[in-house]
Amino acid sequence: MSVKRDSFSLSFAVGAYGTAFGAASVTAHFSVLQTCLLSLLTFSGASQFAVIGVVGAGGSALSAIATASLLGTRNALYGVRMAPILKVRGLKRVVAAQVTIDESTAIATAQSDEADQVTGFWHTGFGVFVFWNIFTLLGALGAKAIGNPSAWGLDAAVPAAFIGLVWPRLVDTKTRLIAGAAIALSLALVPFTPAGVPIITTALLAIIVGWRA
Amino acid sequence: MSIQWIAVIGTSALAFTLKFIGHSVPSKWLANPRITRINALIPIVLLTALVAVNAVTARTKIVIDHRMAGLAVAITALFFKLPFPVIVLGAAVGSAIAYHFGY
Repeated sequence: MSVKRDSFSLSFAVGAYGTAFGAASVTAHFSVLQTCLLSLLTFSGASQFAVIGVVGAGGSALSAIATASLLGTRNALYGVRMAPILKVRGLKRVVAAQVTIDESTAIATAQSDEADQVTGFWHTGFGVFVFWNIFTLLGALGAKAIGNPSAWGLDAAVPAAFIGLVWPRLVDTKTRLIAGAAIALSLALVPFTPAGVPIITTALLAIIVGWRA
Repeated sequence: MSIQWIAVIGTSALAFTLKFIGHSVPSKWLANPRITRINALIPIVLLTALVAVNAVTARTKIVIDHRMAGLAVAITALFFKLPFPVIVLGAAVGSAIAYHFGY
């Protein structure tokens, strides 16, 4: 019972944030239709914000797709983790793949009972999907009435949301140093490279550090 | 086709492909501890870099403006372990106030 309640509250909280995505996407010159399609089809918050961030900053479609896809690679790892728990094939596996995100994996892996793991995955996956898409549409429509996004602080809300997502992972000195290096490297590259490149390049830091120890 | 459409279609196709590959990969392939460590670090560096670029740059220049006020509020909220929506809303309010004061 509590797994369903946890799934619902997480789904609603995360879904409501879709408002910020909808508004930010329209602000970055994506249409309402394109904004809603990103939430329906891409359905991965970090990747969606990366796409509109790179394109909005004047980057190419290729660097937007590459940055978003690098951010989406962890969903592949979540799939690896969830597959043996869900044991689904065919169309059900296609649906499971689409709702494999941070939240559904987090709720599922927090359960000790195997039935609860399956319940948590599906309830959170569908819950976030429904709320995220409803709120994306509301945010996209609302943005037209908002006017200048800076006047409402929307341009700070997006990086703040990312800090909120990364913060719990900065648990030890090594991780904090790598995060600091990522800031320094990306900002150092900004004046000399096309938009998107400064972010993708920091993946090298992860490869170098992860390779050695 | 506009850059936005290419980005929407390309990102969506790759996003689903990545998710589906994960559900189809034999888990022993990813058991290598080196691969596991790199994959754990990748979202951290990418998201941190994205924050930095979104917060203090405009096109190809470093620009410190009202957004820093929003981020300061967000980081303060994180220190006090406030919930996610409060962090986002607080950043928006802080940034908007700074903007109205001309920063």
